[in-house]
Formats: sequence, structure tokens, C-alpha cells
Amino acid sequence: MNVPVQPSILQSSERAFAIGAPILELDSISLRFGGVHAITNVSFNVLEHEIRAIIGPNGAGKSSMLNVINGVYVPQEGTITFRGERISGMNPPLAARLGIARTFQNIALFKGMSVLDNIMAGRYLRTHANFLEVAFQLPRARREETQNREAVEEIIEFLEIEHIRKTPVSRLPYGLQKRVELGRALAAEPKVLLLDEPMAGMNIEEKQDMCRFILDVNDHYGTTVVLIEHDMGVVMDISDRVVVLDYGKKIGDGTPEEVRSNQNVIDAYLGVAH
Amino acid sequence: MAIDNAADTLPKLLLQHLKERGDRPALREKSRGIWRTVTWRGLADEAAALAAALSERGLQRGAHVALIGDNRPRLYAAMSAVQWLGGVAVPLYQDATPDELVAPIQRAEITYVFAENQEQVDKILSILPQCPTVRCIVYDKDRGMRHYKQPQLVSYDTLLQQGKELLASKQGLLQAEAARGNGQDAAFLFFTSGTAGPAKGVVLTYASMIDRARVAAAVEGLSDAEVAMAYLPPGWIGQNLFAYVQPMVVGYCICCPESSDTMLADMREMGPSYFLATPRVLESLLTQVSMRLEDAGGLNLAMYERGMAAARRSRARTAAGGSGSIGDRLIAKVCNLLIYGPLRDVLGMSKLKVAYTAGDAIEPELLMLYRTLGINLKQLYGSTETGFFVAIPGNGDVKADSVGRAAQGVELKFTPQREILVRSPGLFKEYYGDPEGTQQAKSAEGWFHTGDVGYLGDDGHLRIVDRMKNVGALNDGTLYAPRLIENKLKLFPYIKEVISFGDKRDNVCTLIDIDFAATGRWADKRAISYTGHADLASRDEVYELIADCIAKVNAELAQNPALAKSQIHRFAILQKELSPDEGLLTRTGKLRRAVIAERFKPLVDALYSGRTEASIDLGHGASVNMKISNAKVSAATPARRAA
Repeated sequence: MNVPVQPSILQSSERAFAIGAPILELDSISLRFGGVHAITNVSFNVLEHEIRAIIGPNGAGKSSMLNVINGVYVPQEGTITFRGERISGMNPPLAARLGIARTFQNIALFKGMSVLDNIMAGRYLRTHANFLEVAFQLPRARREETQNREAVEEIIEFLEIEHIRKTPVSRLPYGLQKRVELGRALAAEPKVLLLDEPMAGMNIEEKQDMCRFILDVNDHYGTTVVLIEHDMGVVMDISDRVVVLDYGKKIGDGTPEEVRSNQNVIDAYLGVAH
Repeated sequence: MAIDNAADTLPKLLLQHLKERGDRPALREKSRGIWRTVTWRGLADEAAALAAALSERGLQRGAHVALIGDNRPRLYAAMSAVQWLGGVAVPLYQDATPDELVAPIQRAEITYVFAENQEQVDKILSILPQCPTVRCIVYDKDRGMRHYKQPQLVSYDTLLQQGKELLASKQGLLQAEAARGNGQDAAFLFFTSGTAGPAKGVVLTYASMIDRARVAAAVEGLSDAEVAMAYLPPGWIGQNLFAYVQPMVVGYCICCPESSDTMLADMREMGPSYFLATPRVLESLLTQVSMRLEDAGGLNLAMYERGMAAARRSRARTAAGGSGSIGDRLIAKVCNLLIYGPLRDVLGMSKLKVAYTAGDAIEPELLMLYRTLGINLKQLYGSTETGFFVAIPGNGDVKADSVGRAAQGVELKFTPQREILVRSPGLFKEYYGDPEGTQQAKSAEGWFHTGDVGYLGDDGHLRIVDRMKNVGALNDGTLYAPRLIENKLKLFPYIKEVISFGDKRDNVCTLIDIDFAATGRWADKRAISYTGHADLASRDEVYELIADCIAKVNAELAQNPALAKSQIHRFAILQKELSPDEGLLTRTGKLRRAVIAERFKPLVDALYSGRTEASIDLGHGASVNMKISNAKVSAATPARRAA
């Protein structure tokens, strides 16, 4: 399914944030679960301010790759370099502190909390007041609360979810929950944003909206985006470069045009007789 | 009133407010969760700066400037700036498609455009080749605008900044320009909603707009302490009078909600004292209330139903000439405390002094329902050409089926076909660039042909029947006015829109557009599964539900000898919401009957041929089958109780 995206953004040669040096480098990553080879010797890099997609058929190791990047899984082999610094023993809290935020394939929001509170939760790392300061509403806690709320309101406006600000997340339709999750990730003001199938299960209209938000995030905040997506059309429309995985191996890497004409990729997607 | 009548234009009025109430709020806008206030001084300063910058860019007296966007303080500041320099403001509907914008921009020879955001700019840019007169596009929100390099574009912020720098050197010019304007200058150019044919550009002067605003303010005793919500399309004259001209005359404060989706919550926060709505808005508010009450169920629902029934009974008795017993009055007091009061609060209407409905005919039952809740809702009559305020019901003189007496200064006359003719100081100046059309609509003695059929009752109240072109006759000669029947059906929460056919037919048949939210909820409760609007609309259960609603309306119609023949015989449910984007509705939500009849011709033919199914071509070679169902028709009975 090919989702059209506003041409005004795509056709522009001039970007607000020019694509820079590699911000994230993955070198010879291999990940095994017992005898199962989830990822085998995959290397690629992500340039600052670009939108990088990881695609591949089911079970290709896309989500595993994302989990390696933010430290949920530790690969048996290979290295991760973030902003020129080799990170050994990556784990989720460290990833968050480094400025890597993510969303999940199966939405992982606080279901009973309002949209506002969920996004406020994303500001956790930007809060320095300790428990007692917050409990007694001391000046620093109050100042930070105000600052955080301002930042969150900006995101709410950005994502056009003013009307559900106070609604508990569990009462929202799927497409909006996905948007709230994006909001929470943005609240951390990340350098790199990992999106795990941001458009899975959406209808065309919701997909178009999501595409626009991803492009806008990249354009407005300069956030580097790494996204996993099933929908080839979407990926080709919004990504700068694409990595293609199949059975845990990298079978293609390059601009959407290059990837589209890559015979290995075509075979993996359309299937060939083995 | 404190307002000096020498101020005969809006810019002069603005300057007066600056002097008299500079620090009072003129506008409030909810932005990023907080209400932000613009004082009269703030508004005047911003308008002055913009005017300085615009004059530097060559905006001339009499230039037509389009404004396209939501209700925002900046929209109103821009409008003030344009008028300050003697320009004519041309507010357009912000949700119009690019194609729909071409004609107004071409016809009005627009030179400058104020566009709210990227979406609006994209629309204007896409039609720029067809609109060579457009020289400059000012955009407000810069999101997504970084990549635009068109020479016509300039941001509102840049313009404002330039204006502030120029202000000192332009002070004399601005003062002279404000003083140069007079009441007979064209102030606005509105495009009619265009239920039939292309929209016409209606030119209104300061004198007529200010006069009408003053008359209405006097009827309601409005003061500068009023608070009103600005949420209807600025392209509609009603919204404009209400949220721009009248505040300029009276000095009250306008609140712009965060977005149309947050309107209800925002309204509750601000508690307006003065409110304008269309029947459509009032219907959807009521649908929301009944949906929520159904969810609440149990005691709440029972109390609501009892309370409304009690109110209906006492109303019937008062209408019959009784004065209401002590028991009735006691019940009303209790209901007010337990039911009406909390409901008013939920609707954000607890501080309302007066609410108007206008723009289309309202079903009397709906009007009375709001009045039962203790909301002073009144139906106005007026149109773009007549300066909106033609008839206003006086307080304490409101009748369910009338639009009240002619407002001060208005003369009414009727043609033999009962068309309403209006002569009033509020009449439009001309249709822009269409002297022939102007002549046809407005006679040499100044009578305007409204195109509405109506009559003056013995009580001096004006009653509107329908648009002249809608009123027809069944084949047996019975008078047929579709809106009456349709409005009765629209009272059911499950029905959003109805279009009925009957002119030159044997009987009345209708197409029904269901309210997806309300009907969907109804289906959820009964565990009826559906995949979407089209699926839900074609379910047999939904057909039965709608047939029930129609049977009830038919029973009601049967009691009125004049309407008994207009009972609905057959109907079909549309599988997709009627939408202005497909040209089936106008931007204010009125039916475009001719277009709908053409689009669903096979279905309408099938309605009258006795078939139970019809196929509608969706374009692109696709088609959809739609079911048709019979409705229960009641035998005509004489009215049981005296009305």
C-alpha cells in the first residue's frame, strides 16, 4: 500500500538540519537465543538528523535490532558506537540517558493515566528535584514542574492531541495511543528516536498522519529517527536510507531507490523458489 | 451606551476602545493549555503595526484581502489592520477545498491573503496560477513552512516586526487613514453559502454592520462584561458579526477555543454569557448529552427522562392557557436543582444570558428543549444580504415556531407567493461585480427578495416556512415543505441528516444519514458487530431502528391535517456521511438538494419505483448496493388536543 505524503516536505532539497556524521554505528552485531540466530553479523550506521528505516519480512530480526540498540538485548558479538564513543554494556537506562528514546510495537503506555500524565512521565530524565522536594512542592520542584508542563504542552500542540489531554489512555483508539506514545518519547528530547512499527495496524488516514508527524519531528526538532516498518510504501516515502534484513542477515542497504531495485530484496519480499 | 455614535467605522471604534478600556480583555485564546488574554490595547497595537507594514507593502484603500483560518486573535487583528487602511475584509471558509477557493478569490480580485497555517498556504499556492491577482500571502503558524521559498510568502511575525519598526514613521499616516474611513465604505465581502449555484460576493458597509450590531445589542442589553465563544467559521456573517463587529461596538470579550475538538471543555471553562449556534451544533450537543446519559444509565437517565417529561407537561398546560399549578412550579424548581442546573453546567451554559440559533430553521421541539433547561435560546432570522439581524424574538416573547418580531429598523413585505421582502438599514450594498444580480435581488425602493417563504402571524411574529425553491407540492396538490419533516427526524440522536423528496411526487420518501457515533454506540450495546460506517448503515437492525424513528414522526405528522399527507413512505440509509468536501453540503452544513438528488438519482428513482435495492455508482467503476425499506404510515387522525 502506498501512502502519499505531502510533496512539499519530500521535494525540498533543503533540510532544516543537514545530515551529518554517523551518530550511531553498529558493527558486526550477532545475537543468538540459544541455537536461534536472531541477528548474524549485521553492520550499519545511522547519520545524524536522518530518517533510517529497518525493513524486512516477519522474523527478520528487526525488533531484535532495535532492542540491541537500546540495550534490551546484549549481542554476543559486535560493538555499538554512539556519537563516536564505544558503548560497552548498553542497557535501557543508559540508552535513555544517552538520548535514545523509543516507542513499542505493542503500545506500552500507562493505561489508567491521562495523556498529559503519560507524556509528563517522559520528562523524568529532565527532572532533578528529589522525592522530598516534589512531595513538599519546594521551589525547584515547582519550577521544574512548570517547565516540564510547558515542554509537554508544546508536544501536545505539535501532535494535535489537545482534545484528549485529560483522557485516560485506555479510552483512546489505537491510532491516538500510538501518537501519545510518540509524544512520551519526544518529551525526553531525544537525540535518536527508535520507532518500532509506528504504523502497524493503522488505516490509511492514520498512517498518513503518522508519516507527517515523523517527518515533522525530524524537520522541527532535528531528531534522528530509526524506524522499523512493515509497510514498504511508507518506508520508501519517508526514509533517507533503508537497511533490509532477512533471516537475521543484512541483504540490502542504501537509499529507497537502491533498495527497491536490489534483487535480494525483491526476492525476500516476493519470495523465490529455494 | 458609552459608545460615541460618531465612530462610524470599525477602526474608529477600535481606537475608542483603546482609550476607554485599553486594559480590558478583547480576546482570549487557549493555547498550550492556558488561556492567554489580548487586551484592547494589545489588539489595537498589533493592528496598528500590521497596518503600518501592509501600507509599506502597498495595500491600497479598497483592496480586497482574504482571510482564511480558524478563529484566532491574529485573524481578528489582521482584519482590523486591513480595515484600518480602508481595505475590505473577505473572510473565507477555512475548510474549503482549493477548487472552492478559486471562484471567490477570482471574483473578489483578492490581492492579499492571510492564511493561518501550512494547510491553508498549500491550498492558496496550488491555485495561484488561476488567481494572478494574489500578490502576497501572509501565514501565521510557521510549522512546516521552512521550505517554502515562494516570493509571495511572508510570515505574520515578520510582518508584525516590520510594522513595529515602521510604526514611528507611519504614525501620521495611520491616523489619517483611520479618520478617512466613513460608514458608507465597504467593510466586508462575504460569500453566500451557495445552497443553489455558485456563491455570490455580498458587499456590506460599516454603517449596515454597525447598525445591526447595535440593534441586537440593545435588544439584549449587552455590556462590555459579556463573554462569548468564537468557534463557528469566520467566513459566515453570523460568526463575524457576533465575534468581531459586535465586540467592536459593545466592547465585550471573545474567547477562542484551543481547537474545534476542545470546544465543549473550553466553553465550560469560560462560561460565556452570550452564545451563537447553528441548529446543527445544538443537535449535536444534544446527541452528546443523550449518549452520555445513556451510558450513565440507571438513576441519572430515569431522572433526566422524568424531568424532561414534567417540563413538557407543564409547557403543554401553559400553552393551553393555564398558568401552571403550584405543583408544576414546585416540580420545576426541583428539576432545576437536580437536573437542568447540572446539565447547563456540563454544556457550559450556566452563565448564559442569551443564546441565539441562526443559519437554518430549528425544529421547535429542539428549541423548547433548550428553553426547558433554563437556557434563553432564541431563533433569529436573517441572511448575509440582510445584515443577519432581521427578526429577533424579544425576551419574554419567545414562541417555538417563530423567529420573533421584525428588529428595529426592519420593514417586512410579502409577495403573493409569500416570499419575504426586507427593507432595512442592514441591507447589503451590492453583489460584487454583478450589478445585474444586485438589481434582481434588490428593488429600486430598497426591498430585498430573501427567497424565503414565510408569513406574519396575528401576533406580529414572523414565521418562516422554508426556502422558496424547496417548497413544492405533492401530486395531489398538498403543500410540501421538506425542512419541517426533516427537522423532526433530526431530533433523534441516531439521525444526523435527512433529505426528503416529495415535490411533484405521489408521496414523501427520504434518504437518511445516520449519526455514526450515536448509532454505533446503540449497536455496541446490542452486540451488533460492524466494520465501519457503510457496514453499520446497511445492517437490518439499523434499518429497523430508523424505521421506528420514522414511524414515530409519521404518527406525529398524522395528527396535523396539513401534514398528514407528508408522511414518509419509504427510505434508504446512506452508507457514507454527507460531506461538504463532495459538494453535497455547503460549508455551513446546509443541504445542497439539487446536487444530492443528482448524485443519488438511481436510489431516488428506486425509492419511487417500489424496488428494494438500488446500485449507486461511486466513480472509478465501483458501485455499491443500497437497501430500501418501507416505513409505517399512520392513518390521518384529527388533532386530539387543541394546540
